[in-house]
Amino acid sequence: MLAKRIIPCLDCDLGVAQGRVVKGVQFKQIRYAGIPWELAEEYDRQGADELIFLDITASHERRETMAKVIEKTSENVFMPLTVGGGIRALADARIAFNSGADKVSVNTAALKNPDLINDIAKYFGNQACVLAIDAKRRYGREPGREMVDTPDGECWFECSFYGGREFTGIDAIKWAIEAEERGAGDIMLTSMDRDGTKDGFDIELTKAISDSVNIPVIASGGCGNPEHILEVLRDTNASAALAASIFHFGEYTVGEVKECLRDGGVHVRL
Amino acid sequence: MIAIIDYGMGNLRSIHNALAKVDGNPVIVSDSKSLSDADADAVVIPGVGSFGDAMRNLDPFSDGLFDLVDSGTPLLGICIGMQVLFDKSEESDAAGFGILAGDVIRLPGGVKIPQMGWNELTIRQDNRDSDLLAGINDGDFFYFVHSYYCVPEDERVITATTDYGVDMAAVVEKDNIHAVQFHPEKSSKKGLLILKNFVEMVK
Repeated sequence: MLAKRIIPCLDCDLGVAQGRVVKGVQFKQIRYAGIPWELAEEYDRQGADELIFLDITASHERRETMAKVIEKTSENVFMPLTVGGGIRALADARIAFNSGADKVSVNTAALKNPDLINDIAKYFGNQACVLAIDAKRRYGREPGREMVDTPDGECWFECSFYGGREFTGIDAIKWAIEAEERGAGDIMLTSMDRDGTKDGFDIELTKAISDSVNIPVIASGGCGNPEHILEVLRDTNASAALAASIFHFGEYTVGEVKECLRDGGVHVRL
Repeated sequence: MIAIIDYGMGNLRSIHNALAKVDGNPVIVSDSKSLSDADADAVVIPGVGSFGDAMRNLDPFSDGLFDLVDSGTPLLGICIGMQVLFDKSEESDAAGFGILAGDVIRLPGGVKIPQMGWNELTIRQDNRDSDLLAGINDGDFFYFVHSYYCVPEDERVITATTDYGVDMAAVVEKDNIHAVQFHPEKSSKKGLLILKNFVEMVK
């Protein structure tokens, strides 16, 4: 039986020589967490199923630093590696793959040019293309929106881009369905309302998207403890959960999270 | 020296790094002539792309490959590199190498396709002495990414299976031919152990 995946996310500031992993709170305040490939090796030891490296500086000059981070990581860490942030064109994806990445995640560039999803899928395979969606709740009925009932009232979910700084007016559920049709292999779904809060995943959002597509959904944003991961993997169709700060700052190991999941009846690789 | 065949369909850094990590002395071979000339102790067909593209790009290597296989050189096929060893695939009209008898068919409906993620092996009761799987136990997880799977004519070549909507061949072995549907180079410690076992076989 296929296991649910636990994916530590490494937000990388590549403005320094070796790069460094940082963690923001609701896309703002920053804490320093360590050197990317050292953390990657630690997560491998702990039993992580996959790793995501996000370039939060995301500029062309820093592509090479990310390539070095991935090259260095892939010498000693043998699990699927995803690179995201600053993948604007096929050329950026190619640099990431050549450095040892297995997948790239795209957000802003795909919203501006959806054909990028088709192109990455065509040249590198569907499994290599992760669509990242940063979604924010918008309460109140609006025509043409996919409305979802939540304990706080009816809402739709709006896609954001440019690292959460700008909004698109695009409905996240509709965008996820389109991305699957275009060839995306995974959807990395971040709740902007929950990101960094440690209040738990947005269950309604995760459920709505994972019930709308047939490709795996990676739930992200708001993880504060193993029970939050248990909740989202047990109560929605998400195939994976992503977390950053609970792992980076040593609050929990990946192994501890997986034991909690196993005890809660979720099938994991232990 | 272990020759990794580069048939131009993706980067081979992971498999190269993983074989290097277990002292396999890997060399990436990008043109068919150097495969024929190479003094390869073993050959790896890595797993990238679709069946038709893989067969088209592997075609120039076929003489060298058959020579190595016929001379008893150990071969490891990974993912699509496993599938091309069979006669044919539902994915393409192109013929496979036919080194192993059987077909490659699409995963059944009712499951998400591709299978992408970590799944468990069950070792076949009558193949528990497989050198490739030394130290591997039932229930160990490996990383799979595929939409098609192999159905060998002779069930006895199956050394391990995995369950994803159907109980399918995950490892097949016959004499010097070894093949895995999952990606050992992406399967952390257990994946490295399988590659190490392959390297040991070669020595």
